[in-house]
Amino acid sequence: MDLDPRVPAGPIQDKWDKHRFELKLVNPANKRKYDIIVVGSGLAGASAAASLGELGYNVRCFCYQDSARRAHSIAAQGGINAAKNYPNDGDSIWRLFFDTVKGGDFRSREANVYRLAQLSGNIIDQCVAQGVPFAREYGGLLDNRSFGGAQVSRTFYARGQTGQQLLLGAYQALARQVGAGAVKMFPRTEMLDVVLVDGEARGIVVRDLVTGKVSSHAAHAVVLATGGYANAYFLSTNAKGCNVTATWRAHKRGAAFANPCFTQIHPTCIPPSGDYQSKLTLMSESLRNDGRIWVPKQRGDNRAANDIPEDERDYYLERLYPSFGNLTPRDIASRRAKEAVDEGRGVGPLANGVYLDFRDAISRLGRNVIEERYGNLFEMYERITGEDPYAVPMRIYPAPHYTMGGLWVDYNLMSTVPGLFVIGEANFSDHGANRLGASALMQGLADGYFILPYTVGDYLALTGPSKVDPEHSAFGGVEREVRERSERLLAVNGNRTVDTFHRELGNLMWERCGMSRDRKGLEQALGRIPALRDEFWQDVRVPGKGEDFNQSLEKAGRLADFLEFAELMCQDALDREESCGGHFREEYQTPEGEAQRDDERFAYVAAWEFKGVGCPPTLHKEPLTFEYVPLSQRSYK
Amino acid sequence: MRRVLSLYRSSVGKKILMAATGVIFFLYVFAHMFGNLKAFQGPEKFDHYAEFLREVGAPVFGHGQVLWIARVVLLVCVAVHVLAALQLWRMSAVARPVKYGRRLEPEESTYASRTMRWGSVIIFLFVVYHILHFTVGSVHPDFIPGSAYHNLVVGFQVWPMALAYVVVMFVLCLHLYHGVWSGLQTLGANHPRYNRYRRPFATVVAGVIFLGFISVPISVLIGIIA
Amino acid sequence: MDLILHVWRQASPAEKGRFVRYEAKDVSEHASFLEMLDIVNERLTERAEEPIAFEHDCREGICGSCGIVINGYAHGPQHGAATCQLHMRHFSDGDEIWIEPWRAKAFPVIKDLVVDRSAFDRIMQVGGFIAARTGSAPDANAIPVPKDKADLAMDAAACIGCGACVAACPNASAMLFVSAKVCHLGLLPQGQPERRERVLRMIGQMDAEGFGSCTNHAECQAACPKEISVDFIARLNRDLFGAALTAV
Repeated sequence: MDLDPRVPAGPIQDKWDKHRFELKLVNPANKRKYDIIVVGSGLAGASAAASLGELGYNVRCFCYQDSARRAHSIAAQGGINAAKNYPNDGDSIWRLFFDTVKGGDFRSREANVYRLAQLSGNIIDQCVAQGVPFAREYGGLLDNRSFGGAQVSRTFYARGQTGQQLLLGAYQALARQVGAGAVKMFPRTEMLDVVLVDGEARGIVVRDLVTGKVSSHAAHAVVLATGGYANAYFLSTNAKGCNVTATWRAHKRGAAFANPCFTQIHPTCIPPSGDYQSKLTLMSESLRNDGRIWVPKQRGDNRAANDIPEDERDYYLERLYPSFGNLTPRDIASRRAKEAVDEGRGVGPLANGVYLDFRDAISRLGRNVIEERYGNLFEMYERITGEDPYAVPMRIYPAPHYTMGGLWVDYNLMSTVPGLFVIGEANFSDHGANRLGASALMQGLADGYFILPYTVGDYLALTGPSKVDPEHSAFGGVEREVRERSERLLAVNGNRTVDTFHRELGNLMWERCGMSRDRKGLEQALGRIPALRDEFWQDVRVPGKGEDFNQSLEKAGRLADFLEFAELMCQDALDREESCGGHFREEYQTPEGEAQRDDERFAYVAAWEFKGVGCPPTLHKEPLTFEYVPLSQRSYK
Repeated sequence: MRRVLSLYRSSVGKKILMAATGVIFFLYVFAHMFGNLKAFQGPEKFDHYAEFLREVGAPVFGHGQVLWIARVVLLVCVAVHVLAALQLWRMSAVARPVKYGRRLEPEESTYASRTMRWGSVIIFLFVVYHILHFTVGSVHPDFIPGSAYHNLVVGFQVWPMALAYVVVMFVLCLHLYHGVWSGLQTLGANHPRYNRYRRPFATVVAGVIFLGFISVPISVLIGIIA
Repeated sequence: MDLILHVWRQASPAEKGRFVRYEAKDVSEHASFLEMLDIVNERLTERAEEPIAFEHDCREGICGSCGIVINGYAHGPQHGAATCQLHMRHFSDGDEIWIEPWRAKAFPVIKDLVVDRSAFDRIMQVGGFIAARTGSAPDANAIPVPKDKADLAMDAAACIGCGACVAACPNASAMLFVSAKVCHLGLLPQGQPERRERVLRMIGQMDAEGFGSCTNHAECQAACPKEISVDFIARLNRDLFGAALTAV
C-alpha cells in the first residue's frame, strides 16, 4: 500500500504556495466535461461542492438528510479558530500551527497542520463575505474570544451557534450553485458503496431513501465528506444519522483507515437519564470557566448536593491540577470524571455524573452575571433535566463527541484509492490524537473551500475528460451487492430490534474502547464484536420493505457497518501501546496517572488495510517527523 | 404601472394594496365618526355639516362633486380591497388541503385576527344597508331628504336598529383593530424602538372609533339627542 | 406514565392517512418526546408492525429535521423548543396525545409524520445567499458592521428551517421563514447589492410553491423554536415594496 504523503519539499511556510503552483490546472473550457461527486453536505462537503461548482465542474452532491442544511456541523457551538491576530495578543500562523500540533499530542502531519493554520484567516474572510453574522464589537469589527484553554483570543463565534451559521453560509453558497445549475443536489440519498474502475474511484452506488431505489452515479472523482464515527458508541453527541458507512465501504474497497482509535470524549455533556436515552447533549465547555467540578468524598453518598457540607466534597480537578484546575484539557477532565464515577462517587439518580457547581460563582459574581454568561445554557440544561442549575449543581458526564481518526489521505487529501478524496472529519489528517476546541470547523472549511478545489483539479488534469460510463460492469456488480445486502437484512426477520444491537455494541465500545482502554478489555471486545455481529445477522428484525421509505433498514445498514468497523477501532487501540491525546491506555501512564506517549515506537500514523470481514487487517505506518515543533510532554499540573 | 402590476401579482403585493386601501378606509371612517359627533351640537350644526359635505370644494367644485369623487375613490378601494382579500383567501384555502385532525391551538392570534374574513362580510352587508338607511332612505321609516338630523334621530329611535348598529360597530372595530396592526406590519412600519407601541396603538384607535360611533345611537336611545 | 397516542399514519404520499391509536405504557417523565416515540417504535417492531416514521437527527434543537404537531401545537406546547427538546414531564399520566405531521400543500407527506420540505430549499436557491465566490473575499474586518445590526441579523439567522412557522400558520404561510433569511442578509452591508433582487425572487418562489398568504396572526412566532419575531415580516414587506417600485 502506497502511503506516500506527497508533502512538497522546502520550508514549511512555502510548501503550500509552491505546491499550488505545481498542481496541474484544468482548462477552464474543459471543466464542465468533468463530473465530481461530493458525498455529504456538512461544512466540508457543502463548501467543496459550492466551490467546485463555481469553478465550472459538474458537481453532484448527496446527503442522507432531507436538506443539505441539516448536516451535523450545524450543532457545533463554540467557534472557529483563525490566526488573524485581530486582538493583537501575539497570535500568528506559527502559533496556531504550534498549538494544533502540540494539542494533537504529536500525532498529526506537520505540513498539513501548517497549511490549515495558513488558510484559517481566509476562511473568516470568506464567511464574513457570505454574510455569516459573527459576533462584533461596538466599533463594528469582529469580536474574538479565548476558547478551550488557548492563551490567545483567536476564536470567532456567532453566539452559541457558530457551526450553524458557518454551515448555513456554506449551504447558501451551495444553494446558489444549485440554482445556477452547476451543482445537482440529491437529498435523502445515502451512499452505500464506492465503485472502482481499473483501481480508481469512478462513482458511487446510492439508495434513494424515499423510494428505496438503488442506483449508480459515475464521475471522474469522488469526494467523501461524510463526517465521523462517534455513533459507534451509540450514545454520543453526534446526530442520530451520523454513520461510518461511506468511509467504511470505501475502506473495504481499498482506502486505508488511519488512527481509528483516536476519538474525542467531551467532558461536559448531560449524563443519560435512563435506558431509553437516545443521544447525549453537549453543554459548552465555557461552563468550566466559572463552574467547579466535584463529587462527594464518600462513596455512595446519596444526599442531595446542597446537603453535602464543604469539607465532604472533593473538587478533584482543583486538587490534582492546582494550576489549571477546572480548565484542564478535555481528555484529562473526561478521564478524571470517569474515575470518580467508577469509584462509586458518581452523583444523580443513576450515580453516573459529577457536579458542575455554580454556587460559588453566583455568590461571587451575582446571579445576573452568571445569567448573562450562561443563561441559554442553563435554560437548555433545565429543559432537558428538569432541574434548576441556579439552585442545584449541574450534573455532567463525558460523552463521545468527535473522531480524529478517519480515512488516510495524502497532502492532496486523496485517499489510497486514486480519485477518492476525503475531507473534513471523515479524514484523519490535522488533529492528531486530540482536537483542540474550535478547530473542527476550521478544518472542514479549509478542506472544502481552499484545498480540495485545487487538488482535485490536479488529479482530473491527469485523468482526462473521457466520459465515465455508468453502464460499466463494475457499477452493475456493486449495485447488485448493495441490493443483496439490503435484502439480506430484511430477510433475517429475527427477534431483536436494530437499536438493541446498537446499544449493546455502543456499551461494549464505551466500556472497552472509550475514555480509557487496556489490553484485557480490548481483547475482550475483539472477542465479543464478531459474535455480536453474527447474532445481528441471525437475529435482527428489520420491518418493512426495501423499496420504500424505511428508517429501520437505514439504521440496520449503518449498524452493520459499525459492527465491522468497531473491530478495527479496538484493533488499532490495542496495537497502539502508548497513551496519547484521546487514546489512553491504562498500562501506559506516568506515576501521577497522566498519559505517557511513546515517540520511539509510535510516532506514526497507523493506516489499516482491509483484508476481509473478520480477517485481521494489515497495518501500514506513515512515520511522523517533527521538524518545526519539538516533541514535548504535555503538563497541566 | 408595470411595477405596480407585478407587485400586485405577489402575495405580499396584494397585502400591501389591502393595507393601503385600508388606510384610506381608516381615514374615511375616522372622519365619518368625527362628523357624527356633530349630532351633539344640535340639529342646526349637524344639518349644516351635512350640507357642507355637498358644498365642499366650492367654487372649484360644483354641488356634490367632491362627495362623488370621494365615493368613487372609496368604491375603487372597496373593489381592490375585496378582490385582493378574495384572492389571498383562496390562496390560503388551497395551501392546506388536508386539515389538522385536532385543530391548531391559537397562541398569538387574536379573536380579531381570526374573524377578519367573516367580519368583513358583515361589514360589507352593513354598509349596503347603511346607505339604504341614511343616504337613500329606502329602508328608513320616515326619511326626509336634506334633514340629516331628523333622519338620524328617527332612525335610531327604533331601539333594535340602534342596538344592531352598536353590535356592527363592535365588529367593525375588531376588524379595525387587527387591520391597523396588520396594516402597520404589512406597510413595514417597523422599528425596534417603536414596535411595542403598535398593538396598543391599534387598540386605542379601534376603541376611540368604537366609542365615537356608538355614542350617537346610544345618546338617541337614552334621549340625550332628540 | 401511561399515555394514549393518536398518531397519523400514512403509507405514502398517494395514500390516504388516518389516525391510529397506540398505548404507550410506562414511559419515563425524563424521556424526550422522540425517545417516547422510539419506545413505541421498538414495541411495534417487536410485534412485527411497521414503526412510525418521523424525522429527527441532531436531537438537540438545531438541525431542524424534527417537526410534529402535538395536540394542535407545532413542536408541542413548550415555547422556544423543537420537538426533540420537548420532554415527557410536560405531560401527565393518562394524557391523550394527538400526533400529526406538518400540514401544507407545499409540504406533502412522504410517510406518516415525515414531510417533504424541499420547497424551502428551492426558495433559498433563487436568492437566499450572498454571491461571494470562494477566494474573492476582502479581509474580514474591511467592512465594519454596527453591532446592533449584526445582532439583529443574527436573531434572524437563527432560523433552523424546520417549517414550524408554516405548520402553525392558519394560512400555511411561509413568511416567517422567508423574512428571516431576507432580513439576515439584507441587514448586513455585504447583502446590499443583491437586496432587491433577493426579496423579489424569494417571494416569487414562495408564492409559486403554494404557501398561503400571511394575515399577521403571529402564530408562527409562537411556534418558532428559535423565537424569531414577526417584526422581520414587517421588514420584509418594506423591502419588497421598495424593491418592487425601484427595481430596474
